Amino acid sequence: MLTSFPRLRAILLRLAQAIPVVIGVVVISFLLTRALPGDPAVYFAGVAADEASIEETRVAMGLDKSLPVQFVRYVGDLLQGDLGQSLSSGRPVATDLANRLPASLELTLTALILAVVIAVPLGILAATRPGTWVDHLCRVVVTAGVSLPTFFTGILLIYIFYYLMGIAPSPLGRLDFIYLSPDHVTGFYLIDAALMGDWETWRGAAKQLVLPAATLALFTLAPIARMTRAAMLTALSSDYIRTAKAAGLSNGTVLYRYAFRNSLLPVVTTLGMVFSFALGANVLVEKVFAWPGIGSYAVEALVVSDYAAVQGFVLAMALLFVALNLVIDLLYTTIDPRIGFGAQ
Amino acid sequence: MTDQTSRRNFLKMGAAGASMLPFLRALPASAQGNDTLVVVTGATINSLDLHRTGTNRASYQVGINCYDRLLTFGTKEVPGNGLSYDYAVVEPELAESWTESDDGLTLTFKLKPNATFWDGRKVTAADVKWSFDRAVSVGGFPSVQMKAGGLERPEQFIAVDDETFVIKLDRPSKLTIPDLAVPVPYIINSVEALANATEDDPWALDYLHTTPAGSGAYKVARWNPGEQLVYERNDDWVGGPLPTAKRVVIREVSSPATRRALIERGDVQVAFNIPDKDAAELADSLDVFSTPVENCIHCLCPNFSFEPFQDPDVRKAIAYAVPYEDIFQAAAFGRGLPLWGGSEKITDTAWPRKTQYYTDLDKAREHMAKSNHADGFDVPLSISLDLASWMEPTALLIQEALGKIGINVTIEKIPGANWRTAVLVEKRLPLHLENFGGWLNTPDYYFFWAYKDGHLFNSSNYRNEEIEALVDASLHMPMDDPEYAPQIKRMFEIALDELPRIPLYQPALNVATNGAEGYEFWFHRQLDARVLKAG
Repeated sequence: MLTSFPRLRAILLRLAQAIPVVIGVVVISFLLTRALPGDPAVYFAGVAADEASIEETRVAMGLDKSLPVQFVRYVGDLLQGDLGQSLSSGRPVATDLANRLPASLELTLTALILAVVIAVPLGILAATRPGTWVDHLCRVVVTAGVSLPTFFTGILLIYIFYYLMGIAPSPLGRLDFIYLSPDHVTGFYLIDAALMGDWETWRGAAKQLVLPAATLALFTLAPIARMTRAAMLTALSSDYIRTAKAAGLSNGTVLYRYAFRNSLLPVVTTLGMVFSFALGANVLVEKVFAWPGIGSYAVEALVVSDYAAVQGFVLAMALLFVALNLVIDLLYTTIDPRIGFGAQ
Repeated sequence: MTDQTSRRNFLKMGAAGASMLPFLRALPASAQGNDTLVVVTGATINSLDLHRTGTNRASYQVGINCYDRLLTFGTKEVPGNGLSYDYAVVEPELAESWTESDDGLTLTFKLKPNATFWDGRKVTAADVKWSFDRAVSVGGFPSVQMKAGGLERPEQFIAVDDETFVIKLDRPSKLTIPDLAVPVPYIINSVEALANATEDDPWALDYLHTTPAGSGAYKVARWNPGEQLVYERNDDWVGGPLPTAKRVVIREVSSPATRRALIERGDVQVAFNIPDKDAAELADSLDVFSTPVENCIHCLCPNFSFEPFQDPDVRKAIAYAVPYEDIFQAAAFGRGLPLWGGSEKITDTAWPRKTQYYTDLDKAREHMAKSNHADGFDVPLSISLDLASWMEPTALLIQEALGKIGINVTIEKIPGANWRTAVLVEKRLPLHLENFGGWLNTPDYYFFWAYKDGHLFNSSNYRNEEIEALVDASLHMPMDDPEYAPQIKRMFEIALDELPRIPLYQPALNVATNGAEGYEFWFHRQLDARVLKAG
C-alpha cells in the first residue's frame, strides 16, 4: 500500500533511519555526562555537608549504583517517557523542557523570519546589481553580522534602545512582570495570547521579543544573505537564464521564476544550518535578555553536573534536528521536483 | 460596547478586587505604585523548600520570607552602609517568650497565641516539633546546621501543649539560641504537609518543594523557575511589623550588564548581589549598600600536605609577598574591608581582623632565604571558574608577586562542579583561594569549620593540637565567660603565626536600590523582603 504513497513511505523510512541515531545519542549523552568532571553528590549535598550527608545524597540520587545499572534504569524510565528529575530545578526534565523549549523556539523562529525577510531581498538585490551601493551595503551588513558577537550586539541594543532612548521595554525576559503569562497551549506566547484573544499580553510579549530577535537576526542574516547572493549570481549567469532572456521573457519572470527558484536550494540548506547554530547561539542572547530558554537551562545543568537535565537536553535537541532535517528534505522536493525520494 | 472598553472596565473591576487575584492579566502602569517592588538577581531559585537535597543558596530567601522561626535577630545600623541584622540581639518571631533552665539544658518557648498559618489554622507546638524533627532527620545541609546548635535528634523536641515547646540539650551552648534564628529551623504547617506526605516521602519534600505551607510574612503567588518568584503579603502575619509592600517580584536576570541597566533606569527597585565593579561605579548615582560579610574572609590557602608549605618560613614569605592593596582594588574594587597591616599584639576578639602581614618583598625574600626552599619551587594555584570574578584577578596578582621571590606559580582553573570536591572534600589543591563565611558570628565557629583537622573548610589539611583543644573548649562557652577571651586570642595568635590560611580581605555583599528603602544585610546573604519599602 505504501508504494502508492511514495512521500509517506519516504517519511516513514526517514524516521526509521533516525532510530539508530537516537539510540546513539542516548548512549553517548549518558556516557558523556558520567565522564564530566565533578561529583554531583558533593555539589547537591550543599555547602556545609559532611561525609555522611554526601553519602546520603549519593544514595538518594542513585549514584551509588554501577554504571550499567544506572544506564538500564535510565533507559527503562526513558521508554516510559520519563526523562528523569532535574536536581537543580527539582522538577521533571520533561516539564522543564516543555516550558523552555518553546521560549527558545519562539525567539529563534522570530529571528529567522526577520533574518529571511531582510537577507533574501538584500541578497537578490546585491546579485542583480553587483558593484553598486546595494552590493556594498550587503557586504557591510554581512561582515558586521558575522563579526559582532551576539552578546555584544545584545548589550549594545539594550544600551541604545532601552538605557539611552527608553523606547524598548525592560529586558526582563518574555513578559514584563505586570503581565500574566497566557495559558499554556503551544508555549509560544504570541500564539497562546492570540488564541485567548488577549491582545494586550500579545503586544507585551511582542515588545519583549523585538530586541532579542533583532540581536539574533543580525547574527543569522549574514550567511543567508551571502548564500542568496552567491546562488543568485550563479543562477543568473547560467545558460537557461540566457535562453529565457533570449526568448524575451520579462525581467521579473526571469528573476523570480527561473533564477530565484533555482537558487532556493542552497538557501534552504543554509537556513537549516543557521537554525541549528542559532539555537546554540541563543545561550548568550538568553543570558543578556533574561530569556528563560533551553540554552541557559542546559548550560546551568552542565555547570552543576545535573545528569538528567543534560541528557534530556541533548535528546530533545537530537529529536529536533531529526525533525528539522526531514522538513528540509521535504522542502527540497517541493522546490525542485527533480529531486525524488527514490534517489535517497 | 467595543472590545477595548470592556477590557478597560474589566481592569477597573479587577483593581477593586485585586486582593482576590494574585495578578491582573495586565496591570495599568499607575497601579504598580508603592504596592509592588521589583528585585533583580542573577541567581536562580530552584526550590521553595530549604530542607530538600539540591536546594541552592538563592532559594534560602523563600525560607526567610515565607516561613517564620521561633526567634530572629534584631537590627542595627552599619555606619555608612544602612542596616544590618544584629547578632547580639535575639528577638521573638513566632515565640512570644522563652526561658532557659538554670543548668542551660532546657529551653522553654511560649508561642504567640494569635499566630496562624496561611490556611487560618493556629500555629501549635506540634507544628514546631514536626518541623524541627524534619530538619534534623532529612540529612544534608539542614541537619548539619541544626547540629551546630546542638540540635541532633527528634527526642530533643517536646510539644508540651499547644503553645509550649521545649528543647532538651545534651550540653549548654551559646550557639543554640542563634542557631534557632538562622533560616533552617523554620516552622511548617504540619497538618497540610502531612496530608500531602507519602510513605516514600514522609517529610513531604515533594509537596513543599513547590508549595510552601507556612505562617510567614509573604506567600508565594507565582513561581516560574528560571524566571521569577512573586511574593504576596500575608496580612495576618504576627511575626513582626507588617511589610509595606503588598507584592514583591523577584526577577532572575543573569547578565550583570542588563541588571545594571534595569536598576539605573529605575524599572526595578532593588538589584541584589551586584558585582563589586558595578557597586563601585554606581555608588555615586544610586543607593549602594556594600556590607562587609560578617565572619567571612577571602583567603589564600597553602596546603600542608604539599611539602614546601610545611615550612613556616615559606608560608610567611608568601604572606609578605602578597600584594594586598592591589588585590583589594583589582578583585574587590575597594568594596569590603582590608585585612592586612594590623598589629601583631592581639588585644580583642574581633574576627575577621587585620593580620600583622603587609606587602614587603624584602621581608619575603628574607623568609625564603631562611627556609629549606631558598631556591624556590613550582606550584599550581587553583581557582574556581564559578568564582572567577574575584579569584582570577587575585590569582594573577599573586602569581606575579610570588614569581619575584622564586616561587613559580601556574594558575589552574577548575570548573565549578569540580571545585567543591577538589578543594573541600579531597583537599588536594596545593595552593588555592577559599572564601568560607560562618553563619553564626563567633570566631570559635569560624575556627571550628576552617581550622580544625578534617573539617570541611580546612582545605589546607592543617592540624594543631592546641587549636583543636581551644576550639573544643570555646565553641559552646558563653562569650562572657572570663576564660573565653584569652582562649580566642590564643587561637588568633597561633593561626596568624602558622598561616594555614592567609587572609586577603573581607568581601562585601553589594545591593543597589533605586526607589526602595529599608534594605537590611543578613548573614545568610539573601534578601529579606519583609523590611523593604518603596521610597
